[in-house]
Amino acid sequence: MIQDKLYDVLVVGGGNAALCAAVTARERGASVILCEHAPRGLRGGNSRHTRNLRCAHDEPTDVLTESYGEDEYIKDLLRVTGGITNERLARMTIRESKFVTPWMYENGVRFQPSLGGTLSLSRTNAFFLGGGKALVNAYYARAEQLGVDIHYDTEVLSLDIQDGFFSGAEVDSRGFGARVRAKSLIVAAGGFQGNIEWLKEAWGPAAENFLIRGTPYNRGRMLRQLLDNGADPIGDPTQCHAVAIDARAPKFDGGIVTRLDCVPFSVVVNQACERFYDEGEDVWPKRYAIWGRLVAQQPGQIAYAIIDSKALDLFMPSVFPPVEAGTIEDLAGKLGLDAAKLRGTIDGFSGALRPGSFDSTKLDDCRTEGLDPPKTHWARAIDTPPFYAYPLRPGVTFTYLGVRVDEKARVQMGDGKPAANMLAAGEVMAGNILGKGYLAGTGMTIGTVFGRLAGEEAARYVNA
Amino acid sequence: MSTLETTPSLVALAQGLEADTLAEARRTMEVCNACRYCEGYCAVFPAMELHRQFSDADLVHLANLCHGCKGCYYACQYAPPHPFGLNVPRTFADLRRESYEAFAWPAPLARLFQRNGLFVSLATAVALIVTMALSTLLISPERLFGVHRGPGSFYSVVPYDVMVWVATLTFGFAVLALGMGLRNYWATAGRKAIGWKSLALALHDALTLRHLSGGGHGCNDTDEGFTQGRRWLHQAMMWGFLLCFASTSVATVYDHLLGWIAPYSWYSLPVLLGTVGGVGLTVGSGGLFWLKLRTDPEPLSPRNLGMDAGLLALLFLVATTGLALLFFRHTSAMGMLLVIHLGVVLAFFLTLPYGKFVHGIYRFAALVRDHADCRAGDSA
Ligand SMILES: Cc1cc2nc3c(=O)[nH]c(=O)nc-3n(C[C@H](O)[C@H](O)[C@H](O)COP(=O)(O)OP(=O)(O)OC[C@H]3O[C@@H](n4cnc5c(N)ncnc54)[C@H](O)[C@@H]3O)c2cc1C
Ligand code: SF4
Ligand code: SF4
Repeated sequence: MIQDKLYDVLVVGGGNAALCAAVTARERGASVILCEHAPRGLRGGNSRHTRNLRCAHDEPTDVLTESYGEDEYIKDLLRVTGGITNERLARMTIRESKFVTPWMYENGVRFQPSLGGTLSLSRTNAFFLGGGKALVNAYYARAEQLGVDIHYDTEVLSLDIQDGFFSGAEVDSRGFGARVRAKSLIVAAGGFQGNIEWLKEAWGPAAENFLIRGTPYNRGRMLRQLLDNGADPIGDPTQCHAVAIDARAPKFDGGIVTRLDCVPFSVVVNQACERFYDEGEDVWPKRYAIWGRLVAQQPGQIAYAIIDSKALDLFMPSVFPPVEAGTIEDLAGKLGLDAAKLRGTIDGFSGALRPGSFDSTKLDDCRTEGLDPPKTHWARAIDTPPFYAYPLRPGVTFTYLGVRVDEKARVQMGDGKPAANMLAAGEVMAGNILGKGYLAGTGMTIGTVFGRLAGEEAARYVNA
Repeated sequence: MSTLETTPSLVALAQGLEADTLAEARRTMEVCNACRYCEGYCAVFPAMELHRQFSDADLVHLANLCHGCKGCYYACQYAPPHPFGLNVPRTFADLRRESYEAFAWPAPLARLFQRNGLFVSLATAVALIVTMALSTLLISPERLFGVHRGPGSFYSVVPYDVMVWVATLTFGFAVLALGMGLRNYWATAGRKAIGWKSLALALHDALTLRHLSGGGHGCNDTDEGFTQGRRWLHQAMMWGFLLCFASTSVATVYDHLLGWIAPYSWYSLPVLLGTVGGVGLTVGSGGLFWLKLRTDPEPLSPRNLGMDAGLLALLFLVATTGLALLFFRHTSAMGMLLVIHLGVVLAFFLTLPYGKFVHGIYRFAALVRDHADCRAGDSA
């Protein structure tokens, strides 16, 4: 039951950003209520699917190898975003990222020991022991211990906002309507990728065929409420971060295991058995994020990555077994494709191959000539049965549209002024820093830094 | 890459293993292998990463490498209510029990693993009834309830020959059965070549319970929180057991080789070892039992509870009756206490190869293979 009392802070959301905010505000003496739409067993939003966060550091730490300076970090960020970032906020986030891992540790999060440079990411990213769900568990335990009022199965439906001033919210708690009164608001409710209708506004009916990699509970209700009440939007409303994942993944919450790393070693065709992009343009970590959009643009939003037995062991095992057949024609049959057409595409591809020496570990010289589109690396004949296929669909990670904030996490209103008692953290404001593209591990960094800032600012506001 | 080619399929080898459990373990490992978020918790995940496909033997090996800390259950984003419904600790616990059954020797007794709690409690009851009945029938009340002092006092209640023969036969059979079980295990889920180094490393892991530290932060003893309780209690229990074993061995040497007749003084080696060991065993087994009662049952296998509780209860009884005998050996209660203690020890010996105790043997074998696999850099 939600108590009829005036809380200092209402935190909307139950992922990383919300928890960092709730813990910080409570540590500073504020009374805090946290409303999480998901039931307890599915708490934690997209944060439960994460694995690491990106931190600047000047020397090796117990969880990060070598060094990763602020300058290098900002350079990486500017590169992936093409400069579409609020550089002041970005630099502040990166500076703060130096201090987050000890704070996380104090609040119960455990890390994997750094892997001595074997994994290139352990220089830039700290890995959570057990992944994001273990992190979320630790923060919930900490929040409970501090006395945060946590309500699961509780969706915040609407916010009472008058002239940019927040006074309370209508919620649905386990099927019962209730009102939460609070002196300040922290919105940490993620993006809107769980809301297919909203995705359709930008993508049309194609969005019906998108798979959502994370939680079904991020439906953008809070984002819409803030924008309708005069908050200043940021980020391209038509864009989402989408990768190509296994088409057999569940509609929601498939998480990391549905990813497929086979594309560079495949021939990828659409339903019409036609190739549509250079599969070997670059190493997969640099290309996986464009393939979501590429597949989304194909008829039926589906594509098929086809390999032969030579390539089967070249990439991380994936969770669904490939479709297998002894001949290309049989494979086409199993995929529901036109056998003659698929044969034609494979033959055309094989006929265009240039001799080269195959090396899966670097950009090799195996390529096609006179083929459109070309395959510029790792191009080898598909000729050794059995043949395998993985069906691909776009898997949405997050959306870019959010609310503009300042360096205290205060929501910026359309008139250019910060709201007095409304703050935002995490995915809902990540567009301030990630206007475009994505740099692995920054989602959690932004959520942690801004969650803590929002918690501090809310406590400062109510204590003033 | 896998042991599939070199070892026979476990299903064909041992009918005791249910195909469902293997299929579920395989599905589970295929999800985990595509995820790998838990690789920091224990040796299972790095060992899993050596494979793309999992033979039955690989799965049995991985299941026995798992010590049930439950870290990967609470950390799993695919645990129920997620539709994938992954439960690694429970799946592995089921597969472990089925593997105990599959490797048991002689094969007809494998069935005892199916309702193991019942079997262990019945065996204990029968052993107690038999020893008590025989002693009241065969020992005169003056001796059974009299006060005995000095060397040979135990034997004035239960004759020396009877004790030695019963102990040698039952314990000897247990050792034989455990050895044959280990042989069956290794033929299926072991590997051909192992070095001394792997053996030594595995021994070190086992004696320090290295993996029970859950990557340095403890286990999920009862819920999502990490604590070291289970590790320390298990440590107390294991070392307590080993000390009691050492105490008995030293006493045997005193008695048979040196001709020093039991009971021994408070400050003698057997009594000191036995006292410390008995206390460790009592605290450890009692504590673990208490944890079991408080723990979240979700990641446990409900079918294993009887087996787990059975061994804990028996060890607790062995330790407490032993300690009671020690403290009251100069009173008239000694006779009955000795009979009860011997009855419990008899039950322990009889059930040794057909209960949870075998986990120590197979888990050790799994650790040896794991070290050998890691050193070889593959799993062939
Ligand atoms: C498969 C996958 C892997 C990823 N891996 C990484 C990674 O390794 N590192 C990284 O940095 N980033 C990663 N990301 C991105 C990362 O998940 C996000 O950037 C981050 O989790 C955002 O945190 P958040 O707290 O803002 O949102 P979330 O964690 O999504 O939390 C939002 C919360 O709000 C709740 N909510 C929404 N609406 C309401 C409402 N109206 N009322 C009440 N509650 C509501 C939701 O239930 C949810 O609990 C990954 C994303 C995915 C999908
Ligand atoms: S238990 Fe779950 S989180 Fe851990 S590796 Fe397996 S699938 Fe991943
Ligand atoms: S329960 Fe513990 S020991 Fe077993 S696989 Fe999971 S993390 Fe490893």
